[in-house]
Amino acid sequence: MKSLAELAAIRDKALGDVQVRTEKDGTRIVVGMATCGIAAGARPVLTAFLEEVAKRELKGVTVTQTGCIGVCRLEPIVEVYKPGEERVTYVKVTPDMVPKIVSQHIVNGSPVVENTIGYVENR
Amino acid sequence: MREISEHILDIAQNSVVADASEITLSVLADTAKDLLTVTILDNGKGMDAAMVESVLSPFTTSRTTRKVGLGIPMFRETALTANGSFDITSAPGKGTGVTATMEISNIDRPPLGALADTMHILITSNPDIDFIIRMACDAREEVLDTREVRTVLGSVALNNPEVSAWIREALTEMNDKVFGGENI
Repeated sequence: MKSLAELAAIRDKALGDVQVRTEKDGTRIVVGMATCGIAAGARPVLTAFLEEVAKRELKGVTVTQTGCIGVCRLEPIVEVYKPGEERVTYVKVTPDMVPKIVSQHIVNGSPVVENTIGYVENR
Repeated sequence: MREISEHILDIAQNSVVADASEITLSVLADTAKDLLTVTILDNGKGMDAAMVESVLSPFTTSRTTRKVGLGIPMFRETALTANGSFDITSAPGKGTGVTATMEISNIDRPPLGALADTMHILITSNPDIDFIIRMACDAREEVLDTREVRTVLGSVALNNPEVSAWIREALTEMNDKVFGGENI
């Protein structure tokens, strides 16, 4: 078992971080993880997002899961919600697509259009 | 599903949707009896007897996007194919328990798969739910209880990136200690 002392150190560091953003005003990356998503390989995709976000030390970005998004044949599906912007839906996502989505879209604000559905360029 | 851990991820999602505040996931292997037992137990809203009966059918689901719900039927199929058993007990207001057993040596039993990743995703995606993760193989047993983790963390959330990394490492260590070297 990993030591709880190590965990206490992480806690102290986290409490010391000046970070006022709450989950609501940050970016949310949501992976569809119902039976259909899991069977299509959503778990490694979610893990890849967690790793990429941790590696880049992105603040105010949460990675979470949801149930069936409704288009099972296009799973794994990932939805990205950025504050004040339209939702962007990525389909048939694989772990190797994740670094590009994070760097191009999450960090630089430009969706990876070729992997989305229903994305309309409106400006 | 290619792995038992994918079934666990899937079934535990039912517990999340059932508003559970505490979910116990245990994976117990007894090599002498050639028996693998997987249990998903929650304190969610539960189901009445008629619903318990009907969830075994692929045409029962509580979701609204589709008329089919394959999570439980597929897990049951996996267990029965590996010469095991499948059982659901539930009571409204009390919670639900799903138990699947399989023969470890059965050729049709899927591998456990990425158990640590699965548990990690469940914990960090549902930071308000308490998880008790139990892994055991013969005499080796390891438990991770997020309530203990929470006591140390105080107001810091379980999905804080560094906490999340700690949990993943802790689960990976548990998994290696318990199942490392076993063909499970």
